[in-house]
Amino acid sequence: MILLVEQFLNGLQYGVTLFLLAAGLTLIFGIMGVINLAHGALYMVGAFAAAWTTMQTGNFWIGLPVGLVTAALVGLAMELAVIRRLYQRDHLDQVLATFALILIFNQSVTLIFGRQPLFSQPPALLSGAVEVLPGLPYPAYRLFVIAVGLAVAVGLYLLINKTRIGMLVRAGATNRQMVRALGVDIGRLYSAVFALGALLAGLAGIMASPILAVQVGMGEEIILATFVVVVVGGVGSVKGAFVAALVLGMIDTMLRAFLPGLLQGVMPGPEAQALGVGISSMGIYLMMAIVLLIRPRGLFAAGG
Amino acid sequence: MLKVSGLQAAYGASQVLFDIHLQIAEGQVVTLMGRNGMGKTTTVRAIMGLLPVKAGAIEHDGKPIAGLPPEKVARLGIGLVPEGRQVFPTLTVRENLVATAANRLGAARPWTLAGIYELFPRLDERAGQMAGTLSGGEQQMLAVGRALMTNPRLLILDEATEGLAPVIRAEIWRVVEKLKAEGQCILLIDKTFSVLKRLADRHFIVEKGRTVWSGTGDDLDRNHDQVQAWVGV
Ligand SMILES: Nc1ncnc2c1ncn2[C@@H]1O[C@H](COP(=O)(O)OP(=O)(O)O)[C@@H](O)[C@H]1O
Ligand SMILES: [Mg+2]
Repeated sequence: MILLVEQFLNGLQYGVTLFLLAAGLTLIFGIMGVINLAHGALYMVGAFAAAWTTMQTGNFWIGLPVGLVTAALVGLAMELAVIRRLYQRDHLDQVLATFALILIFNQSVTLIFGRQPLFSQPPALLSGAVEVLPGLPYPAYRLFVIAVGLAVAVGLYLLINKTRIGMLVRAGATNRQMVRALGVDIGRLYSAVFALGALLAGLAGIMASPILAVQVGMGEEIILATFVVVVVGGVGSVKGAFVAALVLGMIDTMLRAFLPGLLQGVMPGPEAQALGVGISSMGIYLMMAIVLLIRPRGLFAAGG
Repeated sequence: MLKVSGLQAAYGASQVLFDIHLQIAEGQVVTLMGRNGMGKTTTVRAIMGLLPVKAGAIEHDGKPIAGLPPEKVARLGIGLVPEGRQVFPTLTVRENLVATAANRLGAARPWTLAGIYELFPRLDERAGQMAGTLSGGEQQMLAVGRALMTNPRLLILDEATEGLAPVIRAEIWRVVEKLKAEGQCILLIDKTFSVLKRLADRHFIVEKGRTVWSGTGDDLDRNHDQVQAWVGV
């Protein structure tokens, strides 16, 4: 029971991280029609900027805003220099160009920070553990990550459903020409949405930075799962991204934690271990295949 | 207000507009008539910057606007009620009205939600409903309201009564008349010849991408047979 709750919290934490990444990606893909493989680079940029600043200053609370601002600015620059030129291009061009961006970002980060990973610390305030259940201490920082992710989800819900920017974002997803013909500079809207997506990706990286080794390539590791989340949730739907991120984050975590053990009940140890690990790493892709068979446009397809 | 001369435009390689002329003065209601496929909607698209202009001039208040992107054209005070309504289906009625609302030219008495709801009480009843679930007539009212909320100096109505029940048509015409009485400048594209003749100050007829005739309502009567041939009623 205690193990289950612990893994549940781990799954939740992984899920909200996926959500922070997927929210921006799904908006950018759904509204602007751009496939941005380099979204993971913004996650890496946020993580590096925050980890480095935190290590220099010894203060996570300085690293956090520095990471956010850096990710948003890098995102804006990326949109201005490259992405903006891709709106009218086909998906192959987009994939090629944003793949090139990944290489450029990885090389640049290697040049600046070298090949050694950075390890930063959670803030002192959150370095302890909280006893979530009697006998189950859970790292306070990870609870903080979950809380931040859920707070962002609420904030995004309000932004998209209750503000004029959100209305325009939704309107633009179905009929961008009409939005323009009514006097809205959609280019500026796109830049804003892209920067917001970059900010959220950066936030995901920042949140992960005291937990993971901050290193080149960390973006690619997580971006694949993020694309699965976007597709399962329905391209363009932030609500879908939220549900899919939590469900897939949970499934992935649970499978990895429990499947090898369960299989050991029916087959010899080493084989069960190998098979269990194999199946768990396929888990979310299997889920995607199943969801797409039943709902080809994802759980909450947005727009028309 | 708006002056179009020698306008040419094409969809890719197929040229649709060859020589469109059109003039609208302050406070006027002007029609663009012609049979289906003659290039009326294409003319509107070219004016709005939704389609590149191949040749010719479009002037708004004496300033050339051909080639401007749609948002710039709209911001100069041209409000479009497009063919096929094109309301935002995933937004509520109220959101459709509010999302793009603006008073960029500083109208003294700008449109408000309450004003639009007074004009179209139906929209008030449906305020919280997704626009995609409205009937065609309600969507049309919404498209008109949405354009008005941008406080345009020139309102373009492209087939605003097409395919609607007579009662709804009558309601749209009632609103157009009310707008005209308030001095709203309007470019009307429609097939309801009798109403157009009564409402408009001036008429332009398009035939295969060219303006072939223009004149007043009296001129329409004088050229009755020829006009009937062009407009096809
Ligand atoms: N998107 C398009 N691509 C190619 N041809 C088009 C397109 N839209 C309209 N046309 C053609 O342009 C001509 C004029 O169409 P349109 O301006 O819509 O006519 P109207 O509004 O007067 O009925 C028609 O022959 C039509 O087939
Ligand atoms: Mg037409």
